[in-house]
Amino acid sequence: MTDPIFWHRLQFGFTAAYHYLFPQLSMGLALFIVILKLLARRTGKESYRDAARFWIRIFGINFAVGVVTGIPMEFQFGTNWARFSERTGGLIGQTLAMEGMFAFFLESSFLALLLWGEERFGRKLHDLAAWALFVGSWLSGYFIIATNAFMQHPVGHRIALDGTFQVANFLAFLFNPWAIVEYVHNMVASVVTASFVVTAVGAYYTLRDSFPEQAKIYLRTGVLVGLAASMLVAFPTGDQQGKMVAKHQPTALAAMEGRWNSGSWAELNLIGQPDVRNRRLDNPIRMPGLLSFIAYGSFNSNVKGLSEFPTDTWPPNIELLYYSFHIMVGLGTIFIAIMAFAALMLWRDRLQKIRWLLWVLMLAFPFPYIATAAGWMTTELGRQPWLVYGLLRTADGTSHLVHSGQTVFTSLGFAGLFVVLGFLFLYLVMREIVHGPEAHATASAEK
Amino acid sequence: MEMLWFWMVSVMVAIYSALDGFDFGAGIMHHFVARNDPERRQVLAAIGPLWDGNEVWLLAAGGSLFLAFPKVLAAGFSGYYLAMFMVVWTLLLRGISIEFRSHVSDRMWRAFWDVTFTFASVLLPILLGAALGNVVRGVPLDESGYFNIPLFTHFGTENPVGILDWYTVLMGVFVLVTVANHGALFLGWKTEGPVHDRACRMALPLSVMTAVLGGLATLATGKVNPDIYANLPHAPLAWAGLSIFLLGLVTIFWGQLRHRVGVAFAGSLAFIVGILAATAGSVFPVMLKSSLAPAFSLTAYNSAVSAQGLWTGLKWWLFGFPLAVGYVIFLFRLHRGKVKASADGKGY
Repeated sequence: MTDPIFWHRLQFGFTAAYHYLFPQLSMGLALFIVILKLLARRTGKESYRDAARFWIRIFGINFAVGVVTGIPMEFQFGTNWARFSERTGGLIGQTLAMEGMFAFFLESSFLALLLWGEERFGRKLHDLAAWALFVGSWLSGYFIIATNAFMQHPVGHRIALDGTFQVANFLAFLFNPWAIVEYVHNMVASVVTASFVVTAVGAYYTLRDSFPEQAKIYLRTGVLVGLAASMLVAFPTGDQQGKMVAKHQPTALAAMEGRWNSGSWAELNLIGQPDVRNRRLDNPIRMPGLLSFIAYGSFNSNVKGLSEFPTDTWPPNIELLYYSFHIMVGLGTIFIAIMAFAALMLWRDRLQKIRWLLWVLMLAFPFPYIATAAGWMTTELGRQPWLVYGLLRTADGTSHLVHSGQTVFTSLGFAGLFVVLGFLFLYLVMREIVHGPEAHATASAEK
Repeated sequence: MEMLWFWMVSVMVAIYSALDGFDFGAGIMHHFVARNDPERRQVLAAIGPLWDGNEVWLLAAGGSLFLAFPKVLAAGFSGYYLAMFMVVWTLLLRGISIEFRSHVSDRMWRAFWDVTFTFASVLLPILLGAALGNVVRGVPLDESGYFNIPLFTHFGTENPVGILDWYTVLMGVFVLVTVANHGALFLGWKTEGPVHDRACRMALPLSVMTAVLGGLATLATGKVNPDIYANLPHAPLAWAGLSIFLLGLVTIFWGQLRHRVGVAFAGSLAFIVGILAATAGSVFPVMLKSSLAPAFSLTAYNSAVSAQGLWTGLKWWLFGFPLAVGYVIFLFRLHRGKVKASADGKGY
């Protein structure tokens, strides 16, 4: 607890996990807003515009918190991870600067227009603003993922004599195969989050018998988009991500599955508790051969266990990594089941009548947040003990002159600020939801 | 190439300061120029659609520094550790003050965010001014290329220095008054009614204070870092910066005396850009001066990435920068005209 690296990692992990609660909804909701606008355009129905307006209000609050919690992250590269920044800035500086240039300017220029400008500047410009925020936030996601992908699977670089990483092949770096797979997986996951949120509000209004027309729209779009996204998150994107880890980070795969010994017919552990000291998995419930199949496409492929690797290349927190991975996969599976059943009921026109299902849909919205956090923890814990996989150790990337007295102080500061920010955010969003969508043209029909 | 990137980063820092400066200024001034809720909302509506884009210039400048001179970013950010977090937290507070205030039409809610908005808007320019002061004064960079200094020590400019000493605090106050003046002129230009009148009335004394503090800061800089003025004869770009700076100062007064506050605001933009250009021109190629030995200073040449990296960045930068400038022009055109105080609840 007095180890400076512990505090650097805790602070970055905490602030990144907290920050990402917001962008995932922003990116997913931006897609929903564009979909609602397209539906409004095709059907000419004002109710879709009302729906878009309602979600734009939520988007505005969410986006603001995303921005203010994201700015610290840009600084933390330099403040807490100075030696990492110094050595890899030649590459990751490119993507981070491009994010500012190509994504942030676009988003910030159209944000106020989207939030306040519909009446003043007209429908066309307002629709354009919705597209701008969608494109901007999804671009922003790509640049961050490309940065992360370099840490996971460094390509396109050369290491100079002084140990710094320099650009060798920029396009190979920018379009890192790891980045493409990770990006698609991450973006569909953000759509899962948004669709669960949209569905939850629809379910809430239906259960309360308020805003029936709006509730119907939220349930329909939420469940349909949610089913598609939940399936895509698992297959093919999650599957491809898994194969990528198996190929390039075998230690991470072994630790994610609590696998100690190598062998063919590797089993997938559904449940079990890793006992790192005795190198075994307690109370396992396992599916023989499935891990081999998932990782390499055939049941008798050999999947290496941790024993085959030197212990100083093991991820240091195997327990947390194991649980993060299993929580992500377990929740992802449940999401498909919930959304598939809801879609079936929607198709048979019974969704609005099954109250227990509406309760489930209403209460389910926090779980995609947990799943995405668990997913990111799997990625980042699996990368350990490296900052740049295989090339730069985490211990060699910190700001070595910054002492724990400074990092503990700033970590506590973030904790305090973010708790307050969280309460304010929940208060404002709850207010909007309770207040409900305002029917613009059809004010009397809804109330 | 290194020199080109030095100037690209400097230009972005200058644009950031000139643009976000008027948001800070509006934040500093709003308690004085706006006396009731419609007037407060008028001030917020004047900067509301612009502030977020302005702040992106900080991130874009930081990103460019990161990609071209990662050593400077690494040493500077980790060295000024606590001050950096104060900047980050204050930026956070300012952002939510602007964005959250309008959501609830409760007097206490709004009064609370008004105070946090002012607090953040006052603290940020002082911190950023102190940061500029630190760059001029120098820091104890050793042969490893790193340093780490506390917020303050004995408030002197000799080692062991802190981030705050008499010189950097003076720079902080100078920047505070400069952006307050900048904000007052912006509000005078951008609003009408009582807010406009008060902003114009308060701008002139602020302009006088800016000029006086500017003179003091210039004298103090000569004392703290005499090299800067010794470099001047060989730094044509610094002369250009100085001329813009002086021209801006004259325009600030000329515009106000002629009751053309828009012209005065333009002068203030030039004043801010000029100061930074003059500073950048006279410190070049040093980006972070070592107070231990000149050889330990981080310069554009010893801290840049490979030439290939700089080329790669330049290729997309030449496309991205005009795009970013285009957004600024688009935004200012879209929100052109004067902002009125309105009693209805729409917008900010």
